[in-house]
Amino acid sequence: MPAPSSPVAPVIEVRDLVTHYGTRRILHGINLTVQPGEIMVIMGSSGSGKTTLLNHMLGLSRPSSGQILLLGRDIGALSGSELNDLRRQIGVTFQGGALFSSMTVGENVQLPLREHTQLDDNTIQIMTRMKLEIVNLAGFEHFMPSELSGGMAKRAAVARAIAMDPKLLFFDEPSAGLDPVVSAGLDELILRLRRAMNITIVVVTHELQSAFKIADRITMLDHGRVVMTGTVDAVRAAKDEHMQHLFNRLLEDVPVDADEYLQRLTENID
Amino acid sequence: MAAEPARAGWYRFADAVGRVTVAAVAQIGYACALFFESLYWLFAGPRRRQPVSLSATALEMMKIGVQAIPITAILSLSVGIMIAIQGIYTLRDFGAEARVVDAIAMSITREFGALITAFLVAGRSGSAITAQLGSMRISQEIDALQVMGINPVRYLVAPLLIAMLVMLPCLTVLADVMGILGGGLFCGYELNMDMQSYIQRSLDVLNANDITQGLLKSAVFAVLITLVGVINGFAVTGGASGVGKATTHSVVASISAIIIADMIFTFFLNR
Repeated sequence: MPAPSSPVAPVIEVRDLVTHYGTRRILHGINLTVQPGEIMVIMGSSGSGKTTLLNHMLGLSRPSSGQILLLGRDIGALSGSELNDLRRQIGVTFQGGALFSSMTVGENVQLPLREHTQLDDNTIQIMTRMKLEIVNLAGFEHFMPSELSGGMAKRAAVARAIAMDPKLLFFDEPSAGLDPVVSAGLDELILRLRRAMNITIVVVTHELQSAFKIADRITMLDHGRVVMTGTVDAVRAAKDEHMQHLFNRLLEDVPVDADEYLQRLTENID
Repeated sequence: MAAEPARAGWYRFADAVGRVTVAAVAQIGYACALFFESLYWLFAGPRRRQPVSLSATALEMMKIGVQAIPITAILSLSVGIMIAIQGIYTLRDFGAEARVVDAIAMSITREFGALITAFLVAGRSGSAITAQLGSMRISQEIDALQVMGINPVRYLVAPLLIAMLVMLPCLTVLADVMGILGGGLFCGYELNMDMQSYIQRSLDVLNANDITQGLLKSAVFAVLITLVGVINGFAVTGGASGVGKATTHSVVASISAIIIADMIFTFFLNR
């Protein structure tokens, strides 16, 4: 491992990441760095490749080429057990929460502690309650995930993600399926986590308001390419057409060819 | 497609055959990998401080084995009676009704005990495995395990495999006993044979090989049911309807695998 050149080594470094889905190329050489303690928001409309990028950063898929370094370690070069060790320092909150539906909320939060530590039962109980306090779910440890509302399930998933006190935390679409008030609450939680635990946080979202509220820097993806990376103000001021479209939530104008349109409608009809 | 039109049909056929073959070989390879990975975790897990959970294994044993006891008993009893009825009917022409005891004892221990139990468990637990893993897959619970650094094969598959390997032979023994008992009940009713001489006769004709043959096969069936269930569950795509489709496919595939494996094993075990 070469010594890091900058005084502070980045927490995430993505280098020339190229990925394919079947024969279709999804990501075309992504470069991205995330600094310690930073909240990086990865934005893009659906189909921009942001979910693919996240899956690769989590080590759930293998890239066609390029490297991903998490906490200074190339995840493509790690053995299974080394990757598992690295993953103990990383927390992930999935889109739907992905709580284990056969376990209570408390058991969900305890699972990483039980699997990875030799702590005694009382300590684990206390740590579980602490994590649930942080996400304002104190007293819900005996509930089943199906008994929670969408926002509560996501907060419980956050509690599970921070159970091992990770250095790096990923959020996949934190506001998906939530109403604006609950979603704003979750944004507050993300900011609070960073303040309290000084975690580096990566959020993948298409919600502009939430991105502007929580981000230190924003990376805009479009059709598998990084359009720009910059601070909130820089992104806000950007004049790029694609980004203006996204900001204004406009559909990209697809010129309608009348003949082609008729052809599509009448195709294969006698 | 630039191929000559006359051969296009053949090309397409060969292409399809090739693809299906490659997919089948890949699946068999994946199944073997899963099997050995589960065994690896069973033996190497404790040394890496990631043991296969004993409580999860016990829980699966309850679900797969203990809870299937009543239905296994009833079905194998019925099969025993059915074989007795058919046996007496066919042997009557030769005036050899009393030999039905041999037929019952042999066919139950060598074949039907293991087969009935395997069908039952494939329907009960094979489908449940697929449905459970499939819904975990679509709700990203399996991804969640993976990113937590918890190996899904160790955490989910190994307990299932162990539970299945222990419980299926146990259920098979139960099925053997209940099947022979069922045959005895009908023989007592039809041939006025008393239970004691029926059992004595059964024990006389049976040798250890008959029992072990059935048990050996049931262990093979256990591996097949688990692996088919797991592979179909892990491969689920397409939401809730995908889970339903995978579950159906899992049951059909594991029952087919059981019958074919049974034929192959019976062939080799009786050479």
